[in-house]
Amino acid sequence: MPSNKKYLLPSNAQKNSEPGWLSSLFRKAVEEIEGSVMQDMVFAEAWRFTNLNAFKALEPIAANSTAILSCPKVFAELNALELHISNGILTWIDAVPEYIDLFDFADRRITPTWVIEAFGSTINTKMHPFTAINTTAFSGGVAMRIRKGAVMKKPIILLVDTQANGKIVAVNPRVLVVLEEDAVADLIEIHTGSGVYINNVVTELVIGKNSHISHYKLQAEDTDAFHIAMNAARCAANSIYDNFALSTGAKLSRNEISATLAGSHINYSINGSYLACSDQHMETVTFIDHVEPACVSHELYKGVLANHAQGVFQGKILVRKNAQQTKGYQMNRALLLSKEVEINSKPELEIYADDVTCSHGATVGELDEEQIFYLMARGISKKRARAIMVSAYVEETINYIHNLLIRDVFRVVANNWMQQNIVDTQAIDGS
Amino acid sequence: MAATADTVRHVQEFTSRAYKHGFVTDICMDMAPKGLDESTIHFISNKKEEPDWLLEKRLEALNYWRLMKEPIWAKVSYPPIDYNDLYYYAAPSHKPKLNSLKEVPPELLLTYDKLGIPLKEQELLAGVVAVDAVFDSVSVATTYKKELEKHGIVFCSISEAVQNHSELTKRYLGSVVPAMDNFFACLNSAVFTDGSFVYIPKGVRCPIELSTYFRINAQNTGQFERTLIIADEGSYVSYLEGCTAPQRDENQLHAAVVELIALDNAEIKYSTVQNWYPGDENGNGGIYNFVTKRGVCRGKCAKISWTQVETGSAITWKYPSCILQGDGSVGEFYSVAITNNLQQADTGTKMIHLGKGTKSTIVSKGISAGHSNNTYRGLVRVGKRADLARNFTQCDSLLIGDKCGAHTVPYIESKNPSSRIEHEASASKISDDQLFYCRSRGLAAEDAVGLIVNGFCKEVMKELPMEFAVEAQKLIAISLEGSVG
Amino acid sequence: MKLLEIENIHAEVDGRPILRGINLSIEAGQIHAIMGPNGSGKSTLTYVLSGRETCKVTHGSVRFCGQDLLSMEANERAIAGLFLAMQYPVELPGVSGMTFLREVVNARRKVAGEELIDSMEFLKMVRSKAKSLGVSDEMLKRSVNVGFSGGEKKRNEILQMAMLEPKFCILDETDSGLDIDALKIVSDGVNSLRSFERSMLVITHYQRLLDHIEPDLVHVLAHGRIQKTGGKELAMQLEQRGYFNFIETTA
Repeated sequence: MPSNKKYLLPSNAQKNSEPGWLSSLFRKAVEEIEGSVMQDMVFAEAWRFTNLNAFKALEPIAANSTAILSCPKVFAELNALELHISNGILTWIDAVPEYIDLFDFADRRITPTWVIEAFGSTINTKMHPFTAINTTAFSGGVAMRIRKGAVMKKPIILLVDTQANGKIVAVNPRVLVVLEEDAVADLIEIHTGSGVYINNVVTELVIGKNSHISHYKLQAEDTDAFHIAMNAARCAANSIYDNFALSTGAKLSRNEISATLAGSHINYSINGSYLACSDQHMETVTFIDHVEPACVSHELYKGVLANHAQGVFQGKILVRKNAQQTKGYQMNRALLLSKEVEINSKPELEIYADDVTCSHGATVGELDEEQIFYLMARGISKKRARAIMVSAYVEETINYIHNLLIRDVFRVVANNWMQQNIVDTQAIDGS
Repeated sequence: MAATADTVRHVQEFTSRAYKHGFVTDICMDMAPKGLDESTIHFISNKKEEPDWLLEKRLEALNYWRLMKEPIWAKVSYPPIDYNDLYYYAAPSHKPKLNSLKEVPPELLLTYDKLGIPLKEQELLAGVVAVDAVFDSVSVATTYKKELEKHGIVFCSISEAVQNHSELTKRYLGSVVPAMDNFFACLNSAVFTDGSFVYIPKGVRCPIELSTYFRINAQNTGQFERTLIIADEGSYVSYLEGCTAPQRDENQLHAAVVELIALDNAEIKYSTVQNWYPGDENGNGGIYNFVTKRGVCRGKCAKISWTQVETGSAITWKYPSCILQGDGSVGEFYSVAITNNLQQADTGTKMIHLGKGTKSTIVSKGISAGHSNNTYRGLVRVGKRADLARNFTQCDSLLIGDKCGAHTVPYIESKNPSSRIEHEASASKISDDQLFYCRSRGLAAEDAVGLIVNGFCKEVMKELPMEFAVEAQKLIAISLEGSVG
Repeated sequence: MKLLEIENIHAEVDGRPILRGINLSIEAGQIHAIMGPNGSGKSTLTYVLSGRETCKVTHGSVRFCGQDLLSMEANERAIAGLFLAMQYPVELPGVSGMTFLREVVNARRKVAGEELIDSMEFLKMVRSKAKSLGVSDEMLKRSVNVGFSGGEKKRNEILQMAMLEPKFCILDETDSGLDIDALKIVSDGVNSLRSFERSMLVITHYQRLLDHIEPDLVHVLAHGRIQKTGGKELAMQLEQRGYFNFIETTA
C-alpha cells in the first residue's frame, strides 16, 4: 500500500532513552493477552500454552551497543553472503550482487518506495501483540529486495546476535525480504546471543510470482534468553516457499510462522525440529491461509523433549471458500525422553471449500523399545542406540532441506545437540 | 471440482423437506411462571417434593450461575438468550403419580406412537428395550420396571430416584459434573426437572437395553433434564437416548447434564440419536442443544463408551467425555455429526487419562452440507501418573457443497513419556469418481450419496445397538437426501 | 567344547510363566533345531537368550563360551558373539542400511580397542557380501527394513549375520513369510556360514526349512519344556503326525 510516509523508522530515539519505555510495552502486550480471556478469545487461545509470567518478571531496557560478529564455524563452508544484526542494528553487509537492493532500517534518509510498500503488508499487528511491539519499537534491521529474474548462486546468511552484557535487554530486529517475480534465493537466519534478553524478531517475506525462496532458520539463543519470532509471508501465484526451522536455544521460544497464499498453484512447505532439554519451553505456531485455489501446503514438525522441557505445537490450516483443490498436510510428532517433560499439541483445520484434501495428525510417544532392542541385539550400546534413533527421528525433517550443503550443516548442528544432550541426559536418568 | 449446481439444488430441495417429528401435541400443561430466580427454584423443588439437600444444591448452583458467563469459545453463533423469558418447568397436568402405563394420558401415548416409540410393553421390539419417556420437564412413563427390579436394577425417573434412592443420588448427583463446571451445566444444576436414573448392582449384566426418549413439546420452554447412571462393580448396561421436538419458529433451549459412573470392571455403553428440530432452511427455529455429558471410570478396568449420531438441533454444543481414573480403564467416543442448512455443530470429546494403562479411542465423522458449520473439538490429556496410556483419534470431515465449513480443533496434552497418542484427521468431499461409479451401476444420485455417507460413517454406526442402527442409518439418509457432491 | 549351556531355565512374560525348565547344550559347530506349535515358548526362548527385557528369567542359568549370559546386556551378548536373526525384523525409519552396518561393526571395534573402520573399505566389504545375498545397493541406502518385503527383511538379517561373523546364531522362524526362491537364497546364505566353530539354533514351526538347513539334533518344545530330542528324522515324523502326538503324551 503506497503511503506518504518518508521514513519508516519510528521516531523513538528519545523514547528509547526513557527508562522503562520498552518494558512497559512488553507489559502492556502481556496484559492485553491475559486480559482478553473473557472479551476476546483470540489472544488467550493463541497464547494459552505460553507461560507469560516469565515476561512479567523482566524489566528489559533497550540495548545500546553493538558488537563485531562472526558466523558460527559450521556455516562458514557455505561461502554465503553475510549480513549481521547485532543487538537489533545492522552492522555488517558483505558485498552483494547488483540485483540485490538493501536498506538499513536505521537509515534516517528517505526510505525507498519498495520498502514502504512491502513493510507491514504480511501481517495484521492487531492480532499479534508482540509483532505490534516490534513495529512500534524496532530500531534497526534490514530490508532486501532480490530483483526480477535474479537467481542467487550463494545463500544469504542473516546473523542476528544479541549480547545482554550483564543487563536485561530487549531487541526488536526487523527483517523484510522482497522477492520479485521469477527470482530464486536461499536465506539462512541464525539467532545467537548471550545473557538474559528478549529477541522479539519479525521477518516479513513478500514473495513474487514464480519465485522460489528457501528459508532456513537456526534458533540457538542463550538458554537464558527469550526468543519471540514472527515469520510472515505473503505468496503470489506459482511461487515456492520452503521453510525449515531448527530450534535448540532459548529458555522460552515461540516461533510463529504465518503465510497468506494469495495466488494459485503455490507450493508452500514448512518443516522443522525443536530439540529441548533442561527446562526449555519451545513453541511452534503455524498458520496457513489458503485464499486461492490449487495450492499445496505441507508441514512436518518433530520435537525431541528431554529433562524438564516443554514443547508446544499449534498449527492451523484455513481453507477459504475460493481455495478449491487445496492440498494440505500437517503433522506434528513429539518424542518424549524423560518423565518430566510435557507436550501440548493442537493441530487445527478450518475448511470452507469442499474440493480439498486436507489431513493432519499428531503423535506423541517415547522411543520404540523394539527398535532399541534390535540395535542392542546387534551389539550397539543402549546409549548409542538411543542417540541413533533420536537422530534418525530428526533426520526425516532435515531431509526437507533441498540444498544438500545446507542440509549437512543443519544435520551437524542437530547431531551436536544430540551428543551434548541426549547421551548425557540418559546417563543422568540412569536408563 | 466443487459441488455442481446440481448438488446445490439437491441440497436446497432437501431443506424444504419436512422434519418428520415436527407436530405439536395439544395437551394441558402445568407451567412454572416465566423467568428464573429463587422462586422458580422453590416452585420446581416444591412440585417435586424434593428433600432439602437438593433444594440447597439448586440454590447454590443458581448463585454460581449468576456469576458465570456464557462460553464463547465454540465455533457457533446465536443471538443472546434471554434467560428470564423462558419457562423452566412444564409438565402435562395429569401428573403427579402414574402407577401403570394404563394411566398415561392417551394423547401422550399417541405422541410416542407417532414418534415410533411404543410405550406398551407387549409391543416392544422382541422385549429388548425398556423405555423412560420424558415429555418436556417430566418423565411420563417407564416401561419394564418390574422386570428389571427382579435383577435389582433401578430404572426410573430422576425425581423418583431422589425420593426412593436418596443414598445413591445424594452421593453421585453432581459428582462427575459439578455445578460450577460450566455455564450450562450450572444452569441445569439449578433448574433440572427430570430425566432418567439407572443403577446396575454388582455383577449384573442388564438383560435389556435401557432407553430414554426425550420430547420437547411446550413453547418457550427450556428442557433441563438430568441423567445419572451408576454401574456398580462388574456390571454392564447399554443405554439409548433419543430426542425430538416440534417444529417451531423460535429457538428452544435444551441444557441437559448426563453423568455416568463406572466402578471396577463395570461397563456403560451410552448411545444417542439426537434428532431435535434443526430449524428451517433460513435458520429460523430449532433447538439449542447445550449439553454436558461426562462419565468417570472410577474403578479399575472400567469402560465407558459414548456413541452419538447427531443430526438435529440448530446448534449443538456437546462434548461427551471420559475421565479415566481407574487403572486399565477404557474410554471410547464414536460420533457422527451431520449439519445442513444453517445448523451449527461444535462437538467432540475429552479423554482425561489419569490411571495407569488407560486407553481411549475417538472416532469422529463430521458431514457438512448447505450453509452449515461442523466442528470437531476434542481434548486428549495424559496426566503424569498415567503410565502407558494410549489414545487413538481419527476425525474425518466430509464437505458437501462450497457454502459449508468443516473444522477440526484437537488438543493433545501429555505429561507422561510412556504414553502414546496418535491423532489422524482428514477432510475431503465425496469424489466424483465414487459417485459416477455408483450411478453407472444404476443408483440414483441420492441413493449413491446415502450409500457413500453411510460407508463414511460405518465405523461409528457399527457401535450402535442393533435397534438404533437401523433408525440412525435411515436418519442419515433423510438428512442428506439429494446432497450430491 | 560346549558353546552354549542352558540349565533349567524358567521364564515368564507379563507375569505368566512360559518356559518351565529348559535344558539344552550345544557344542561348537553344531546346528540344533527347535520345533514346536504356536505358544510353546519358542520366541520366549530366543528372547531369554538374546536379552530382551520383556521376559523375566525366574530360575536357571545360561552359559555362553563359559560366561554367564544372563548377566549381560543385549549388546554385550551380541559383541560376545551371539546373533539373533529375528522373525519380524524391526523397521528403523531414518537409519540407512549402510549407516546401521557401520555403527554395528564399529561398536565391536570400539570394544575390542580397534580403530574405527574406514568408510571406503567398509563400503567395498558390505557390497561384496550384499551381492552374494541378493541385497541391492538400493536396499542399503534405504532405511533399515522400512518398506522391505518379507524376503528382503530376512536377507538383510542374514547379511548382518555375514558381516558380524558371530559364534552362535539364533534363527527365529527365518522361513516365515518366504517364498521358495527367497527360502533358497536365505538358506544358502546360512549354509555358507556353517563352520566348525560356529553353532546355530534354528527355530521353526515347519519342517521345510530343515530340508535346506540340515540340523544335527531336533528338539520338540511344548508347554515350556523340551518334550523330545532326536535326529533330523524327528522333524519328518512331526511333519507327518503333527505336534499333537508329542504333546498329548506328556501334557
